[in-house]
Amino acid sequence: MLKDEDRIFQNLYNDSGSDIESAKLRNDWNGTKEILDKGREWIINEVKSSELRGRGGAGFPTGLKWSFAPKEVGSRPHYLVINADESEPGTCKDRDILRFEPHKLIEGCLIASYAVNAHKCYIYIRGEYFNEGQKLQKAIDEAYKNNLIGKNSLNSGWDLDIYIHYGAGAYICGEETALLESLEGKKGQPRLKPPFPALIGLYGCPTIINNVETVAAVPTILRRGAKWFSSLGRPKNTGTKIYCISGNVNNPCNVEEEMGVPLKELIETHAGGVVGGWDNLKAVIPGGSSMPMLPKEICDNMKMDFDACVENKTGLGTAGIVVINNDQDIIKCMARIARFYKHESCGQCTPCREGSGWMWRMLERMAAGEATPDEVDMLFDVTKQIEGHTICAFGEGSSWPVQGLIRHFKDEILERNKFDPIVKKQKNIPYLVDQHLLEKENA
Amino acid sequence: MSVKKIHKEQPETFQFNDKSMEAANKIVSNYPVGKQQSAVMALLYIAQRQNDNWIPLQAMKYIAKFLNMPYIKVYEVATFYSMYNLSPVGKYFFQVCTTTPCMLRGAYDLVKVCKNKISEKENVLSEDGKISWMEVECLGACVNAPMMQVNEDYYEDLSDKKLEEIIEAIYQNKTPKPGSYSGRINAEPVNNRKTLLGNKNA
Repeated sequence: MLKDEDRIFQNLYNDSGSDIESAKLRNDWNGTKEILDKGREWIINEVKSSELRGRGGAGFPTGLKWSFAPKEVGSRPHYLVINADESEPGTCKDRDILRFEPHKLIEGCLIASYAVNAHKCYIYIRGEYFNEGQKLQKAIDEAYKNNLIGKNSLNSGWDLDIYIHYGAGAYICGEETALLESLEGKKGQPRLKPPFPALIGLYGCPTIINNVETVAAVPTILRRGAKWFSSLGRPKNTGTKIYCISGNVNNPCNVEEEMGVPLKELIETHAGGVVGGWDNLKAVIPGGSSMPMLPKEICDNMKMDFDACVENKTGLGTAGIVVINNDQDIIKCMARIARFYKHESCGQCTPCREGSGWMWRMLERMAAGEATPDEVDMLFDVTKQIEGHTICAFGEGSSWPVQGLIRHFKDEILERNKFDPIVKKQKNIPYLVDQHLLEKENA
Repeated sequence: MSVKKIHKEQPETFQFNDKSMEAANKIVSNYPVGKQQSAVMALLYIAQRQNDNWIPLQAMKYIAKFLNMPYIKVYEVATFYSMYNLSPVGKYFFQVCTTTPCMLRGAYDLVKVCKNKISEKENVLSEDGKISWMEVECLGACVNAPMMQVNEDYYEDLSDKKLEEIIEAIYQNKTPKPGSYSGRINAEPVNNRKTLLGNKNA
């Protein structure tokens, strides 16, 4: 288990309060000016050598992303946007950072905006997190009052204004270009990439978008050094991560652990084990609902980091671990996730808008045992038609979980859906039966 | 994207009151000059709060004029996002999360209680007109499942019994306190905490 002193988010459970005095006791804002004084190059290089990867799901190297911002500010100002639109089912880590560690986030905003030459920072919080937003606003006000941000923040000569922008309940706004559209006061429909936001983003200006957890981790990394951070985990998968363990476990919780921690250890040690014991485990969704699920055999020896997940044909995503045990109907669970995606599709690209509904309806029928065996392959084909044929990654996000279900639990679906409407059972379901064939048989 | 019903009876006029106006002006000043359209989401929200938790068409027209943008663009935004109510909801608006992590821990038991105690159908007011409920997608508190949102507050770690108590309390004009209903603090593992113990005991 990770040593307590190596945990970045010391106040994850709000033991000591989120106000500025207690934040300073936890070492926040300690030596921030000295960090800024070392200059842009140093900050970006240090973040690069720490091998910090974005915590929002895609795992893009943060230092590299920052280096994409133009070195000199031209006619267009630069913006920093923080993505706090946390809506992935199974994930609730950013919420705890917003309400209990807001000063880590604000300090991170100052450092990041300095590194990418931005004087304005927008924090896009999902609308449902109203109370969390109020807490963050309180912390921002404290920071202004103490001259930590604002004009000539920390006497470093750097001006920074931070504003909160509330979303209004659209999952798709967690996609970075949809988030920008929403920030501009439009419907949250993703833009085509390229051009990437680092060159043409908010209001057509260079914009760097980072997840809350990524930015909040940066000050600690710079204070303790990239070497410390990269000594945790393994190369390319360094540092610590907040894991959210939910579903059929005895003690669902958020916990910060080292990257690459075994899945079994997370569930058994921190979450109090699977309800009904480890042998009662059916499947685990390792990284929020968009990632394909894993059956028990893989979970036994699975390590939780980006590359290990990819090796097992899934992804770390946001590290929202959803545990499903044998008491649950796995097809029903996936049908509910498919309904989520049907509800949240923005409607821009046809494969996703129509396909997400198809997948949901087919899965509902499979859960009820009303599908034919060949429909399983048809469903897989539908997921392949969606994947890669949409503007944003929502297409992948909605089809991967269904693919995961078919990959690992095809037998179970077939077992339940033996019904053959034409020849054997002769059930009268008109929309399933080829009327022509029926006539032939009756003749 | 969800289908939304526009309420049949619409008020004739809508105007920001002083408090809303002040908040609106402050929000518009957050964005660069000429980019005031960015404030549309916040302004719709302000209008919703002012107008008993729903947005009439007149408010959209008013906001369109306020921000100097086409009415249809405001309408687009109001119908795209799920948090804007386009028809009246109860004074206590129950939003029960039923996405998979909550479903695994019994969210549909909560839905059953809502059906029994509030109204058989979603978005229909209870008999005394105080509460309405609906199923919503993930609210981002999966570790505290099953949970629901009432207006702005989260009610976490619920069970059917606990929810019945909450509804009863509201019927008796009390406001139940938000937060976890299993007695735990925030998102820590109940009785099983193994990390940051130094901070806990400090």
